[in-house]
Amino acid sequence: MAKTIEGLYYSETHEWVKVEGNEALIGITDYAQHALGNIVYVDMPDEDDQVTKDEDFGAVESVKAASDLISPLTGVVVARNEVLEDESGLLNSDPYGNWIIRVKMDDPSELDSMMDAAAYEAFCARA
Amino acid sequence: MKSYDKLIFEISKPGRRGCSLPKNTWKASVSSLPASLLRSAPASLPEVSEPDVVRHYTCLSGMNFGVDNGFYPLGSCTMKYNPKINEEAASLPGFAQIHPLQPESAVQGCLQVYHELGKALSAITGMAEFTFSPFAGAHGELTGLMVIRRWHTERNDFRRTKIIVPDSAHGTNPASAAVCGLQVVQVKSTPAGLIDVEDLKPLLDDTVAGIMMTNPNTLGLFETEIREIASLVHGCGGLLYYDGANMNPLLGKVRPGDMGFDVMHLNLHKTFSTPHGGGGPGAGPVGVTEALAEYLPEPRVKMDADGTYHIAGCAHSAGRVSGFMGNFSVLVKALAYIWTLGRENMKLAGPLATLNANYVKESLKDVYRLPVDRVCKHEFVFDGLADGSTDVTALDIAKRLLDYGFHAPTIYFPLLFHQSIMIEPTETESKETLDAFIDVMRRIAAEALSDPQMVKTAPHDTPVRRPDETLAATKPVLAYVPVAGGHAGDSVA
Repeated sequence: MAKTIEGLYYSETHEWVKVEGNEALIGITDYAQHALGNIVYVDMPDEDDQVTKDEDFGAVESVKAASDLISPLTGVVVARNEVLEDESGLLNSDPYGNWIIRVKMDDPSELDSMMDAAAYEAFCARA
Repeated sequence: MKSYDKLIFEISKPGRRGCSLPKNTWKASVSSLPASLLRSAPASLPEVSEPDVVRHYTCLSGMNFGVDNGFYPLGSCTMKYNPKINEEAASLPGFAQIHPLQPESAVQGCLQVYHELGKALSAITGMAEFTFSPFAGAHGELTGLMVIRRWHTERNDFRRTKIIVPDSAHGTNPASAAVCGLQVVQVKSTPAGLIDVEDLKPLLDDTVAGIMMTNPNTLGLFETEIREIASLVHGCGGLLYYDGANMNPLLGKVRPGDMGFDVMHLNLHKTFSTPHGGGGPGAGPVGVTEALAEYLPEPRVKMDADGTYHIAGCAHSAGRVSGFMGNFSVLVKALAYIWTLGRENMKLAGPLATLNANYVKESLKDVYRLPVDRVCKHEFVFDGLADGSTDVTALDIAKRLLDYGFHAPTIYFPLLFHQSIMIEPTETESKETLDAFIDVMRRIAAEALSDPQMVKTAPHDTPVRRPDETLAATKPVLAYVPVAGGHAGDSVA
């Protein structure tokens, strides 16, 4: 059973969001990293890039597949996790400890359409 | 005994040569060249004799596996046997020993090959004209999309920037669309594995350039709603692109042109039995309807009224996509295949490929999970083992197959399932071969329960066991690095 963490928001495309004030950290879930297998590359947007809810903001490549990263929020990228450029495997070993981008949210109410940990677990169980 | 399965650098001996260069009679010496053009250190080349080279590469070729070695059920790749008569035709001196810049009058026979193959493929697909420039399937996709975009922009319709691609599509489809500058919009599949027409409808507007479809799709299922999809897409002003990767089961039976497709590519190295992968280059000819013919890449072969052939450009062409006109020898092989089979025999290829796929599927579906249980076409997809109580994965099963002397099927594609195992036997395999494969697949399923650790550490009997794929992808070593502490050649045991 894939791990979840209380207090995070989850998307149907297996991204998690952690809110810190008006900023949000976005990463991929344990379920996602497990399904992808060993991750070998993370394609991230640059600082100041705009991300839009339900549109891709990058991609993760594993030994099995390449998969788009879908933004659950609209906003501006204020930081990208540079460590992942050389150590993409951190997304496998600690998916919730390694965010991919930090976004300044345009509209925090977009969080309302996301799932909590229990709802996401139920969603994964159905998948 | 000298070992010949080492790297060629590792059998190198200083001063050893395989050939003698003629005496240098140039007046100028190396030292007269500008310093910026000189190497700072001698090139690090292996020093070996001719027998060293021959034995080294013969040894490597013996470790290779191809359709000439055994069963190769690599789904989506149509690894059918490549008849040797194809090679014989392509080796004829008039085909093999030509130069692309020879005058047209000296290569009329070669130009006729383009013309005859175009005619044959048009008859098989229902398309009006073909270009033979693209070097492979994905190159064909890009070429076809360039034609589609050209069609829209020539009519001053600049709003059509979207291309619709199903979630079951080959990964090359969205990649080709992105390279062509089009925005990819995904359409979902139904639980039955077909395009969801209700999900498609709201996507169709005047920004849609077209849809890319594979029929039968990557689950080996025929898209039965194709007529409605064609009329809906045409209704919004878009065009239909046919990914010919899965043409094999339809060969001589159903024509993409009759299904409503406007543009398509064929993989000659799949459907038309030319070598594939390491065995030879590919060819991805693109066919179009009459209305789109003038946008095909240039140059193309035209026949004059007197029966002579010439190479012609075209004013409205979408551009040039290869230096000359594609991989010519592959075209000769495909034409040899078509003419060897003939019209009636070609109609047997698809049904036999379909029969073989369904035979394997039905013989294994009690031990492997079959997510879409219906009659398939040329291929089908399992989603791991039926008994999910072990952690044996699709990768482990594929690796274990190598120990039994079979090539592995395609795994982890399509992305619709987590443990996809995609099997395509093709029509060229006998029942005995299929039975042997079925037997081994059942044995592996039993091993997964009785001795999962053994399956998870497979292969056990191959020259190379499990390479570290993550390390290979993240820190690839692409050039020979000498072993520290002396010349590598000295370490030969």
